[in-house]
Amino acid sequence: MDLKDKLVSSFLAFENKVDIDTHVHNVRSEAIKVFEEKGFPTKKEEAWKYTSLNKILKEDYSVFPKQENALDYKDIKKYFIHEIDSYNVVFIDGKYSSHLSQTTHDGIDVCLMSSALTSPKYRLIIENHFNKAATADSLSSLNTAFSQEGVYIHIPKNKIADKPIQFINFSTGTEASTLLQPRNLVVAEENSHVQIIERHQSLTANPVLTNSVTEIFTKKRAIVDYYKIQNDSKNASLIDNTFIKQQRESIASVHTFSFGGKLIRNNLNYFQEGERIDSILKGVTILGDKQHVDHNTLVHHIEPNCESHQDYKGIYGDKSTGVFNGKIIVEKEAQKTNAFQSNNNILVSDKASINTKPQLEIFADDVKCSHGCTIGQLDESAMFYMQSRGIPKKEAKALLMYAFSNNVLSSVKIPELKQRINKIIANKLGVNIGFDL
Amino acid sequence: MLKIENLHASVEDKNILKGINLEVKPGEVHAIMGPNGSGKSTLSSVVAGKEEYEVTDGKIFFNGEDIEELAAEERAHKGIFLSFQYPVEIPGVSVTNFIKTAINESRKAKGLEDMPAKDMLKLIREKSELLEIDRKFLSRSLNEGFSGGEKKRNEIFQMAMLEPKLAILDETDSGLDIDALRIVANGVNKLKSKDNAVVVITHYQRLLDYIVPDFVHVLHNGRIVKSGGKELAHELEERGYDWIKEEAANA
Repeated sequence: MDLKDKLVSSFLAFENKVDIDTHVHNVRSEAIKVFEEKGFPTKKEEAWKYTSLNKILKEDYSVFPKQENALDYKDIKKYFIHEIDSYNVVFIDGKYSSHLSQTTHDGIDVCLMSSALTSPKYRLIIENHFNKAATADSLSSLNTAFSQEGVYIHIPKNKIADKPIQFINFSTGTEASTLLQPRNLVVAEENSHVQIIERHQSLTANPVLTNSVTEIFTKKRAIVDYYKIQNDSKNASLIDNTFIKQQRESIASVHTFSFGGKLIRNNLNYFQEGERIDSILKGVTILGDKQHVDHNTLVHHIEPNCESHQDYKGIYGDKSTGVFNGKIIVEKEAQKTNAFQSNNNILVSDKASINTKPQLEIFADDVKCSHGCTIGQLDESAMFYMQSRGIPKKEAKALLMYAFSNNVLSSVKIPELKQRINKIIANKLGVNIGFDL
Repeated sequence: MLKIENLHASVEDKNILKGINLEVKPGEVHAIMGPNGSGKSTLSSVVAGKEEYEVTDGKIFFNGEDIEELAAEERAHKGIFLSFQYPVEIPGVSVTNFIKTAINESRKAKGLEDMPAKDMLKLIREKSELLEIDRKFLSRSLNEGFSGGEKKRNEIFQMAMLEPKLAILDETDSGLDIDALRIVANGVNKLKSKDNAVVVITHYQRLLDYIVPDFVHVLHNGRIVKSGGKELAHELEERGYDWIKEEAANA
């Protein structure tokens, strides 16, 4: 039985465990039908031309982890930005760990998706938002069908979350191989502000596939800053589906830091449903070995006077491969749109490769859209210059790569997070220098 | 300190240096002059260890050690400094962070700990004052958008920070107006001591009015064809290089 059949048939078992007489379950039932019909995407589809899921789908994933596992905080502390005070939501093999988490209902809601989906208190918000931003593509539908656990964040009107929210999905690898499908919902009401850090972390070498869906709603004048740290172990793959619906004058930024893992596919989708919206998409990718990353972005400009800013930097070594596919749609009504996209890449090895493709569909006639992509190598004259000042080749290289990504890093608003990213980069590049620029 | 014996070097199979002999002792200032294309910049790059240049014959000794096999950074750690004719722009790395990294990497190579931040700041303040460098300038990206004068001043600032034993100044005067030239020369003079040496590579005599050489060498067609005292520089200024070329051709 292949993975698709296995998943479709386990939906029945899933139904035995959840309340099926609900709005949410109607959505799930529709979604499993979509998945059954579409199946997993293949390279024949334009959007999946450079990324094949074939190999990772061959694993015999355990769909519902059987046992509950516990972790000691001291063993996993390093995966948190522990220098800051934050709300933490931790999942171990898809199950919530209250022991490692700090949730809240004081002023804002930071809690579990499972309780939000079932508690009457949240019924209206769920009905109005759950699966209202996600599209009906096959992988998101698969997640929707089995959606049950994840993070639920609700920031009421005029409220500023008093500290950042971190959530981490750990997999312990006690199963031979694990499929995880976290489902997250973030609703930032009018004029609210929240900062979120998301991470997926596998603790062993056993294969893990995460198919995650996060829906984010930024209401009028709300600000959401979202950071994704993708630095997983070499047998962990991630399909990250993020959907952001923005209302007028809101600002939503997503920073994606892709440093580790086997295969990463980021489907990042923005829908602008009001005027004077700003959408910010930034990424730093540093890969080696045979790692693969595919950044697939969509910004849908629907209303006039909005902006979008995309800036992705990629550094590819060894036999790693990258894809950047950035789609911008400007609807006829979306006059005075300012849409910028840039994707710059450095190939550090002859065997690394990158496919980069801007895709602009512009139906309005009074817009400013610019896009640019570059693929280059490290500047040899800069290397010699640095070496002649006593900076060894390896460190010089690292400093140049860091400098290359610096304008993305400089927009990270949490200093401790930026320091951590700097450290991960130094580690990744095998040097011990502080990049405190 | 620096001893060059019969140095031949080529780049991309083109012979540029064809038998250079030069000895620089501590406390000395040498000027290397010559027309364009004579090999002046090649000589400085070869001594600093640029990989593209191949030494095909001869030797370079630094404090008695043959340095041919040493990488550029190892030469820097031993005390060789090259001030670039065209300093490279490095967007995203500030002047301060660059010099901090350079100093700490040199210390690391000598088995020392990083310089404490307080000492580093003090040193930066002291040396930037010496070169009349504005503090705001230090937080800018290295050489990015710097004027010609700012780039050169920044080179000498780095030299002041790194305190090399041998400083090679490659066309440091090019692109400098008279005020910047004076500041740069003044900086170099203040850093001079009986223990270190300076090699000034220049096309014109102008800089040598400020940094007065003990020896002047004329490079032509990959060889030193004439050596003398500081008066030789004046003679070149008055008479140009043609007579040198003729002398060399007749020799």
